[in-house]
This record gives sequence, structure tokens and C-alpha cells, in this order.
Amino acid sequence: MNGESIHDNRTAHLLLQFIENNSFIYIEMEDLILLTINLVIIIPLLAAALVPFLHKKNSKIHIGWFVFLIPLTLFILLLRYIPRIANGETLAYTVEWIPTYHINFTAYLDGLSLIFALLITGIGALVTIYSIYYLSSKENLIHFYTYLLLFMGAMLGVVFSDNMMVLYVFWELTSISSFLLIAFWYHRKQSRDGAQKSLLITVTGGIAMLVGFIMLYYMSGTMSVRGVISAVLSFQENPLFIPAMCLILLGAFTKSAQFPFHIWLPTAMEAPTPVSAYLHSATMVKAGIYLVARFTPVFGGEDTWFWLVTSVGLITLFWGSFTAVRQTDLKALLAYSTVSQLGMIMSMFGISSLALNSGFRAESVLFSQAAFAALFHLVNHSTFKGALFMVVGIVDHELGTRDIRRLGGLATLMPITFTIAIVGAFSMAGLPPFNGFLSKEMFFTAVLNAGNAGLSSAIPVVAWVASIFTFVYSMIFVFKTFLGTYKAEKLEHPAHEAPYGMLFSPIVLGSLVVLIFIFPNGLGENLLSPALAGIFPSLAAGENLGVHIALWHGFNTELMMTIGVVLGGILLYMTIRYWKNIYRLFPEHWSFNTLYGNILEQLEVVSRKITDFYMTGYLRDYMVYIYLFFILAVGGMVVFTQSYELEIAENAPISEFEWVVAIVMIIAALSILFAKSRLSAILLNSVLGYGVAIFFVLFRAPDLALTQTVVETVTTVLFLVAYYFLPEWKKEDTRSWSDKVNLAVSIGVGVIFTIIALAVQNGKLFSSISSYFENSYELAGGKNIVNTILGDFRAFDTMLEVVVLLIAGIGVYTLIKVKARKGDTTLEDE
Amino acid sequence: MRTNNVILRTVSRIVIIIILTLAVYLFLAGHHAPGGGFIGGLVLASAFVLLFIAVDMETVRKAVPIDFKLVAALGAFISVATGFGGVMFGEPFLNQVFGYVELPFFGETELTTVTIFEAGVALAVVGVVVTIILSIAEDV
Repeated sequence: MNGESIHDNRTAHLLLQFIENNSFIYIEMEDLILLTINLVIIIPLLAAALVPFLHKKNSKIHIGWFVFLIPLTLFILLLRYIPRIANGETLAYTVEWIPTYHINFTAYLDGLSLIFALLITGIGALVTIYSIYYLSSKENLIHFYTYLLLFMGAMLGVVFSDNMMVLYVFWELTSISSFLLIAFWYHRKQSRDGAQKSLLITVTGGIAMLVGFIMLYYMSGTMSVRGVISAVLSFQENPLFIPAMCLILLGAFTKSAQFPFHIWLPTAMEAPTPVSAYLHSATMVKAGIYLVARFTPVFGGEDTWFWLVTSVGLITLFWGSFTAVRQTDLKALLAYSTVSQLGMIMSMFGISSLALNSGFRAESVLFSQAAFAALFHLVNHSTFKGALFMVVGIVDHELGTRDIRRLGGLATLMPITFTIAIVGAFSMAGLPPFNGFLSKEMFFTAVLNAGNAGLSSAIPVVAWVASIFTFVYSMIFVFKTFLGTYKAEKLEHPAHEAPYGMLFSPIVLGSLVVLIFIFPNGLGENLLSPALAGIFPSLAAGENLGVHIALWHGFNTELMMTIGVVLGGILLYMTIRYWKNIYRLFPEHWSFNTLYGNILEQLEVVSRKITDFYMTGYLRDYMVYIYLFFILAVGGMVVFTQSYELEIAENAPISEFEWVVAIVMIIAALSILFAKSRLSAILLNSVLGYGVAIFFVLFRAPDLALTQTVVETVTTVLFLVAYYFLPEWKKEDTRSWSDKVNLAVSIGVGVIFTIIALAVQNGKLFSSISSYFENSYELAGGKNIVNTILGDFRAFDTMLEVVVLLIAGIGVYTLIKVKARKGDTTLEDE
Repeated sequence: MRTNNVILRTVSRIVIIIILTLAVYLFLAGHHAPGGGFIGGLVLASAFVLLFIAVDMETVRKAVPIDFKLVAALGAFISVATGFGGVMFGEPFLNQVFGYVELPFFGETELTTVTIFEAGVALAVVGVVVTIILSIAEDV
């Protein structure tokens, strides 16, 4: 008995000790749970790097199935956060990156980012399944899925990053991955043009946004978005406040294709349809809206913000829906429709900002609900527009065309596709029993509130008129494609229903359209209301912002507006051939596309002129530029800091050996000028190099001497190898002044180097760091100071040098080896 | 091009072994004596260059079937990758660690992560130098 109890005690003791020693494991587990959100961003990016290794071994299974697992896993992972978010919790975890500049990898999860993240991963998963059936395995799937995952990670980075710099980096990464995906079929000129246009416009906006972020950082002293929000009262009066706001809005407007930057979105439709459904309707184009929502607490109180966001949104809403009606390409129709819907969401966020405006204190809760409607519509739009894009993809894929004029009568041949199209298009038009009806009604409520508040009665009118056009193009989409006469002779393939795998994703989205209509409050209470609290933290503290979505409000103005939209829409749809000529009023050469084309052309002309001015094609000219810059920059620095006091009294005396080597080198240098052949010039040049090596030996710097000798040898060999290719050795530059300029530049460089060499002695510019190196054995464990500098103290420099060396090597290799062989056609317009 | 280079060939047979040995020595000795990854790599590259001069290009390519572009890329990758070693242990990027180990025959020897980093440097240097010289020389 006794023995056993002792034994037990010892076990318990050991166990305790074990737990004590391993307590760090528990801390790390805790960290890991918090780290999850950061990992959610990283995982798709890592997977993107791994996709290229998937291909050979599993050639029988479509790569898409492996890729599909990633968004699915992340989606399920994120779903599990809903209860905590619905409770009002938010999560944040910071991984320090460059703390000196306040740049940290902070992932922040709140209602707003969760909505977006669920869309990104959820629609991402559906689009991946769809793409498996859309893209045959003959296409370059590795590229496609690498870009797609890259985009997914970047987009998650945008919505989760709390740090403005990190957000900006991810923001641009979405532009780049979008560029790559639009240009997926890069052998087509339209694809390349579309990709270029989208990149130029969104990146221009992105850079404006970066400047805005830097201004915010300058004013608030923090890079954290949450930090900026909490400090906003302290810098609202700053003269940079409004400029920062405009620049950030520029970023948001270009990304979300707002008028007049919307022109990139229709041309981006050159991308494969899964990409259009994913990036250019459901997620990436909503990044601008996310940004507006995220920065509403910062800028929302300003009148300028309200007017800019609301009016740009409304103009976009109208122009997009008005232009969509005239489109004959189904994808272009959907693109303009997306532009229009994005404008609608944007304008709702504009109206909601009145909640923070001091002039409308009494109605703040009323206005805040516009943001709820905006978020609701954002989710709805992703469901129905995603489904519609997939429908167009199916039509295009099965029939070989998506031109409305060639389509018709598909309803009986493709019944499932037809049903999905009806669900999506009627939801888009704002009809019950689909989710678009609910958010459209809430949109009308928002504009009516804005109109009633005495701001401008134009707001509800524009919204209503635009909605009529929305109705018209929705009807065109359904009826021109699926009803009417079937024109078999105009199709590449006879019409038939798509395979089930292709139908799966649009069916899921279509079911969501109906389910959200029936159970809107599940979405509202668990996701939208917490997000609303995130947008209006100051209001959420005092009031309950939760909105109950009701299916039936009675016969109110909103319902009347909807009935008006339906009646007006039917009327316009019936009479379309009589008023179609209205579009001729807008001549082609006045469009923003023409303006964009002209700007692009002019840019090329001007930059070519500038380049031609200084790029003469002569190496010696470039040498002169480099040395002139050196003289100005370094010489200017020496003069500016007045560090040209030359203390030579303490210098070591010059020995006979050194005199001899120096004189030999001077003679060699001078004789290069009079060399008769290139070979002798090269050899004389290496005399200089080896002379320097001898100096290193004399000054007891064996490392440098070794390096210098080997480098000299290798470069001489290189010279001799290249010798064969060099032109005849003669004086080519006959301009009279070139000798004088060259002489002046040479003397200048020589003088500056001499001054620097002598001036380092006085140590005036920088404090000495030699103590660091003297302790190299204790600090870095090495007795060779030079080596510890390279490998330990300044390893970062060395690493970058290695990378630069590699780039230079690849550059030489590609310049020489990779050139168009004779008879090769270039990859232009197929 | 057919030239009589019997002397060069005979000499280089011996010299190249010496150069290669020197390269390895320089690389390993680097942390305490003159040498290191950069010089080691350069010397190694110069051995290859000598080979190319003494024996014709085709023969060397067959005897040493290495793609030097890959060597360069591998080297740069190792150098950058070792940087993350420190990050894994919560230390700054590129932090190097060293320690002393009692080895038979060698006595107390220093082992340090710099060696891995320097190996990357050396490979990158060899790869790039040989790639450049080969691509220019083969372009005839």
C-alpha cells in the first residue's frame, strides 16, 4: 500500500513537472487558434505555389478537384465563426512584420469582413466546381488555378487586413491576379487589351489609395484601420483630411467600376466565364464597396463623402442599366448590369453615411439601415449574378455563341438552365419571390428617406428610372435568349442541356436566391447586423441597429414604386424598337472608351519621344549618364555635408613597393588611351585589376586580394569570349565635343573618388561601426571579419546581391539564348 | 577551331584538381580564415572556365551534365530560404546561429548556419558565372 502511494505521488509529480515544462504548448495552441484568420489568407497563396506540382502525377483527375478543397475547407472554417460574430465578438491577431514602420500582419475578423470572406470562399468553391466542367484539360489549367488561388488569397487579405499597408499590397495583388485571369487566353488581342485596361485603371486608383493611406497615417500616426477609426476625432480638421478621402474613394471607385471608370469591366469579360462570375461580379469588384464600408466610420460624417459616394453611385446605377439594355452580347449585358448594381450598393452606402452626419442626428438609425440594405443586396447580388453568369457560360459553352441576335427558343431544350435564368433575372429585376425583391424594396426605402430628408428629390427619381431599365434588361436576358424562335442555323452546336456538374453551382446559387427570400432574417441577424455594428461603432453602442426584414410591408410607397417599375418596364420592353435610336445620340467618339484609347496612345507617343531623346543606343552615352549622376549625387553629398576636410597627417607613409605598383598602374592606365588594338586594351585593363589585387596584399587584406584576383581572371576570360562578337576597334563618335565631355567626366569621377577615399579618414559623416566587427568572434562566432560582415552582420545585403546576381545571369541568358528564330510567328492576334 | 593546346590540356588536368580543392578549402575555411562562399564559388567557377578553355565545350557538357541555370536558382533559393530559418524560431529574418562541437580528429569545431547561407551564395555564383560564359561562348 505504502509503496504504491509513493509511486502515485511520484507519477503525479512527474506529470506536474511535465505540464510545467510544456506549458508553452498550450500558449502556442491558443496563439494558433487566433492565428487562424492569418492562415486563412496564407493558405490559398501557399496552395497557389503548390498547384504547378500537382499536374503530372494525377493527369486523370481534373486539377480543379484538388483546388476545390481549399475554398471549401476555408468556407467551413469561417462558417464556424458565425456564432461568435453574431454575439458581437471580433477577433484580431497580429504577427509583427516591420514594427519600426508600424507595418504588421494584422488579421481582423468582424461581421463586415466575415460576409466578404464567406462570399469569397463560398462562391470560390462553387466557381471552382463550375470551372472543372467549363475548362477542358487541354487548357493551361495550372496557370488558371494558380491565378485563381492567388486571387483568393489576395482578396481574403484585402478584407481581413487591418493594416493599411498590408491591405494595399493585397489590393494590388487582386488587380494583378485579375489581370492574369482576364488575359488567360492571351493569344487573343481583345483579352490582352481587356487585361491591360483593367490593370491600368485599377492600379491607378490603387496608387491614389496608397497616397490616401499615407496621408491618413501622417495624420493619425497609426497604420491600423481600427486605430484610424478610433482616432478620427483628433484629426478631422486637418487640411489633408478631404484630399485623403478623395484619394481613397478614387481607389474604391476604380476597383468597383464606378462611373466613369466603369469602362474596364465590360472589356474584362474576355476572361473565361468562371472568372467573370467570380472576380468581376461576386468578389473583386466589391472590394471598392468593402473599402467604402470600412472607411465610413472615418469619413462618413463629411458632407463631401455623402455627395460623392451617393451621386457617383446613382450615376453609375443609371448609366449601367441604361447601357445594358443596348448590349447584344449576353456577357456585356451582365457586365453593365454589374456596373449598375455596384452603383446601387455604392449609393446606399452613401446614404447610410448620413447616420454619422451631424446635420441628421435625429434620423441616424434610420439612415444607418441603408447600409444594412446595401450589405443585404451585396450578398443577394453575388447569388443571382453568379448564377446568371454561369447560365451565360453554359449557353456559350454548349452553343458556341452568346450573341442575343443568334439565340432564342432555348427554353424547351435547356429547361434547367432556363429555370435558373428566370430565378436570377427576376431577382435582379426586383420581383418576388426572390431575394432581389427584398433588397430592392429596402433600397427604395433608403432613397425615399434621403429624398424626404430634404436633400434632393432627384435621388429617388433617378433610382426609380434606373430600376425600370434594370427590369428591361433582365427581361431581355431571359426572353430573347430562351423564348422566341430557335435559330439552329446560327449556332455552332445544336442546343442541349449542360452536364449536371456544370449545372450544380448555378442550381445552388439559384436555390439560395429563393431561400434567402424565405428566410432573410437568418442572414440578417447573424451576419448583416454584426457588420452594421462594425460600420457604425458609435451608434451601435447606444442603439440596437438590428433590422428585421419583412416580406410584406403593406401597400406603401416602396411597393407602389416596384409596381411602377414592372409596368413601366413592360411598356419599355414592348416598345423597345421605337425608342432604341436614343442610343445613337451618344456617338462613339465621345465615349469614355475613346478617351481611354486616346490617352493610352498619347502616353505611348510621349514616352517614346522622351525615351528616344536619351536612349541613343551607344553604351558610352549611358556611361556618361551614370558617371554624371555619380558626380552630382556623391559630389553634391560631399559638398552638402562639408566632409572634404582632408586629414592626411595621420595616414601611414607610402612604401617603395606601393610607389612601384602605383606607377605601373598609372602607366598602364595612360597607355589604354593610346592602345592600337582591343586585345592590348583588355590586357592593359587587367594590369590595373591585378595592381589593385597587389595593393590588397600589401595592405594585408587577403580576402579582398583573393576575390579581386579571381574576379579579374574570370572577367578577362569573359572579355576574351565576347571578343569574337565585338565590332571593329575604331573611334565611332565623331562629335567634336564628346572628347571634352568625356575628359571632364573622367576627371570629375577621379577627383570625387580621391576625395571620398581621403575623407573617410575624418569619420565625420557616420559614426564608426568598427567596434561591431572587432567583436565578430563573440557576436558571430567567426574570426574572419570580412566573412562575418558578409554572412552575419550584413547578410541581408548579401542575400539581395545573390538575388541580383541571379537576375543578371538570367538576363544575360535570355538576351542571348531566347530570341525569335527565323520563320517563327509572333503570338499576335489569332 | 583546331589549335594545338597539348600543354594547356596536360597542365589543366592537374591544376583543376588543385583549384577544386582550393575552392572547397576556401569555402569551408571562410568563417575564420580568408575565404567564404563568394570566393569559393568564384574559384569553383574559374575551374569550370579553365575546363572549357582546355577541352572543347561539347566534351565538358557530356562529362558534367549540369544545368548551371538551375544551380544558380538553387543557390539563390537556399540563401533566401535560410533567412526564414530564423523566423521559424521567432528570431529576426536571416538570424544566424553558431555553436561549438567536439569532433573526433578535428577537435573543437564551429558549426554555424552561416555555412548553409554561404553554400547558397557559392552555388549562385558558380551557376551565374558559368551560365553567362557558356551562353556567350555557345552563341558563335
